[in-house]
Amino acid sequence: MKPTDTTHPDYFHKVVDCQWACPAHTDVPNYIRLIAQGRFSDAYMLNRESNVFPGILGRVCDRPCEPACRRGRVEAKPVAICRLKRVASDYRDDITARLPKAAARKNGKKIALIGAGCASLTVANDLLPLGYDVTIFEQLDATGGLMRTNIPQFRLPPKILDEEIGYILDMGARLELGHRIDSLREMLESGGFDAIFVGTGAPRGKELNLPGRNETQNIHIGIDWLESVAFEHTESIGEKVLIIGVGNTAMDCCRTSLRLGANNVKVMARKPRGFFKASDWELEDAEEENVEIVVNHSPKEFVIENGRLTGMKFDVMEYNIDANGRIDRGTAVDEVTLPCDDVILAIGQENAFPWIERDIGIEFDEWDCPVVDETTMMCTRDGVFFGGDSAFGPKNIIWAVAHGHEAAISIHKYCHGEDLYDRLPHGMNLSTQKMGIHEWSFSNDYDPAERRLMPHVDLKERFKKLDIEVELGFTAEQTLQEVERCLNCDVQTVFTSNLCIECDACIDVCPVNCLTITENGDEQDLRQRLSAPAENLEQDLYVSEGLPQTGRVMVKDEDLCVHCSLCAERCPTGAWDMQKSTLLIPYARDEANRDRRRKAAAG
Amino acid sequence: MSYIAKPKVTHPKLKKNELGLTVRDYEGTVSTLCAGCGHDSITAAIIQAVFELGMEPHKLAKMSGIGCSSKTPAYFVSQSHGFNSVHGRMASVTTGANAANRDLTYIGVSGDGDSLSIGMGQFAHVIRRNLNMCYIIENNGVYGLTKGQYSASADVGSKAKKGPANRQMPIDPISTAIGLGATYIARSFSGDKQQLVPLIKGALTHRGFALLDVISPCVTFNDHEGSTKSYAHTRKHFHHVIDADFIHPKEEIVAAYNEGEAMPVELHDGSKIVFRKLNEDYDPTSRSAAFAFLRDSENAGEIITGLLYIDEEMGDMHHLSGSVDEPLSKIPYETLNPGAATLSKLMDRYR
Repeated sequence: MKPTDTTHPDYFHKVVDCQWACPAHTDVPNYIRLIAQGRFSDAYMLNRESNVFPGILGRVCDRPCEPACRRGRVEAKPVAICRLKRVASDYRDDITARLPKAAARKNGKKIALIGAGCASLTVANDLLPLGYDVTIFEQLDATGGLMRTNIPQFRLPPKILDEEIGYILDMGARLELGHRIDSLREMLESGGFDAIFVGTGAPRGKELNLPGRNETQNIHIGIDWLESVAFEHTESIGEKVLIIGVGNTAMDCCRTSLRLGANNVKVMARKPRGFFKASDWELEDAEEENVEIVVNHSPKEFVIENGRLTGMKFDVMEYNIDANGRIDRGTAVDEVTLPCDDVILAIGQENAFPWIERDIGIEFDEWDCPVVDETTMMCTRDGVFFGGDSAFGPKNIIWAVAHGHEAAISIHKYCHGEDLYDRLPHGMNLSTQKMGIHEWSFSNDYDPAERRLMPHVDLKERFKKLDIEVELGFTAEQTLQEVERCLNCDVQTVFTSNLCIECDACIDVCPVNCLTITENGDEQDLRQRLSAPAENLEQDLYVSEGLPQTGRVMVKDEDLCVHCSLCAERCPTGAWDMQKSTLLIPYARDEANRDRRRKAAAG
Repeated sequence: MSYIAKPKVTHPKLKKNELGLTVRDYEGTVSTLCAGCGHDSITAAIIQAVFELGMEPHKLAKMSGIGCSSKTPAYFVSQSHGFNSVHGRMASVTTGANAANRDLTYIGVSGDGDSLSIGMGQFAHVIRRNLNMCYIIENNGVYGLTKGQYSASADVGSKAKKGPANRQMPIDPISTAIGLGATYIARSFSGDKQQLVPLIKGALTHRGFALLDVISPCVTFNDHEGSTKSYAHTRKHFHHVIDADFIHPKEEIVAAYNEGEAMPVELHDGSKIVFRKLNEDYDPTSRSAAFAFLRDSENAGEIITGLLYIDEEMGDMHHLSGSVDEPLSKIPYETLNPGAATLSKLMDRYR
């Protein structure tokens, strides 16, 4: 193998599994260290930099970081990254003075943001400090989009939403609530906007057209029903409720039903466990509330008796799962009817753009989604940008935030007549963490503590009102223990080949057999010849230059390194060092600064 | 030394030996030697060898004297027996321990100072008795613990960090041991575990005195230019004359060897050592040939490594003294000490 090029920011970024997995690349280990130091406000601000909504995401993020967490590979459970984000939010002081401020002078550019959800709000957050005139159009009477309408209050209190959305609106965004856009053509022609951003989400719940569907009022579309509950248009539901589908919306529907008077709620899954769309923790929380999850039941028919929904008919399915874990289409082996008063359909949602004319230069694909460039977020019509669920179909909040940041950069470039693809690359800083002979600037000792569990409101208490937040947040003691579980993967093991005397000290002391000095070879061959075979192909090998004494190479399998620093402590020549890599992510303001520097240079 | 202990966390796919233990179960406390010390690599090789042999920790006794080397038994197999004796007296203490309990496996770790200066007499006599033990000399050519004076194994012309070059002849433990009649003699290098681990396994299994002279660079006082026991010098002059694979009784010899170049020697417990000659002139079963070869190569400045001599036939101390098979420590006191009357009767036979 060729020596690893660690100067490319991606190499060390990838070692920080959580940050790499996060669409917005939140600097997780850094904020966890700030929390460990009791610097909650700093941790909050660091979070806000990349993910804009730490309080919201600390509760309801889909947490792509946690399955990626290295801790989950060396022991059973990953670090409770999301919970710690909430800690930063819960324990922070008033940070309003530290928030970005709107530019003192407007730059004369007018931007329309359609939809007041997380994607649009992120664009506003990035563009207002640069002097843009930002108007947000929202068809409902409240901001937040799906965060407010589809996430129940017992998971995400409105107070948190209002606060974090307020930080952005207070910079001077013009907000047009209850203002539905019915024609994009009209807006393009007579709105007077320099650019338009569409952040309208994926607002249409999927239908289930089975016999009986249209003969009763007691079959509800999940996201519409949740919205009607959020705005208090719906205040009750029948005693027996069936939820069709087993994604995260289904989890919100079943738990909301329990709070509106249902006492027998079943979530009906077509497939067996392991093939559910819902996140594990959302399933756990629903099951804790005694929701029954019924597997292998495929919906067949709504049973209507005398004009009233009385039950639902299902095929009982059997599946074959092959050696690769793939499941077949299944065969029906039986049929059952389950009684119910209401059915909620939560089988997915899709994009819907009835308000975008099809002859204004915006191309749509076969699924009726706009064709959007993944780098620039611009569609096929110049000056129109998409982000969040409206761009590539339903994802989650953190993806919408990531889209928003990229769209803001593009909008800035578009408004200044620059090439949208000439974007600042990621940068990286490396700095040694050595403080003294056996002293590092971070807590390097491995703490074997297990993951802390989130305390919940008592099972009886929580159903009394719809808006009692179930999760209480970590206590100070829990926080103290959980922060120590983080392996500080951003404190990198950096190797300098020409200093190595091949004494083997690092190899002998490594607790997880990461290191090997051996003859070089191709990757497949090397992976088999290491101290422990490197079987996780998603994790890179860090290969040195030829070593001075024997010409062999030092190979590190990044997979299981616990960043304990012992290799660097035992190295007599300082060939190993622990250096913190800081990923530098360019935002719209960095592009604006570059413009300013270019102009200054040009005189 | 390191401030934190080696974390208990392990690679999830760590291999287990026949006892169900992993290599981590054979570790000791964290080393307090200088970072990069060759001794720590030897410690790691011992841990690997003992793990691969599937030894029960409580059947191992770790013996040492004084010096950097003699600290190392603390760093491997925490659950075994151990005795940290007076300077240079490890050989006698081990002789006593082995006399009392022949069932344990004895591993003595010593240094060039502990064995070739203050302990030279002990070293000679333990060889003479062919005591059943593995005797490792962690040889770095300096007195590291007293800040780098030349030891008895320092080569002529070798330079210390400061002061004049060494002018006195070194004592070579290998030729000394060949001369004194040791029955398993090997030399290796701390920086070559591939060679070292099988040699330790062979030495622990061999019945009789097994000497392992391991060049173990002192990073602090003897790893500079001009030193003949540095990592760089050893790597440059390292001459591997004979390869020895250790094969457990339960394993089959899987590697294919050409006739003439491979030579299996069976050990008392049924395990085998398979020699592979890397140098055609070398014969590890001939004491005189080995001696001559060593002399010539050493005059040429080469460091000859590998399993240099083996004699599996000669009996160990218990065999020579005709002692009973059962360890004396397990024989009831009344049987072991039949009393004054029996003693006088015995003495009468010599009057």
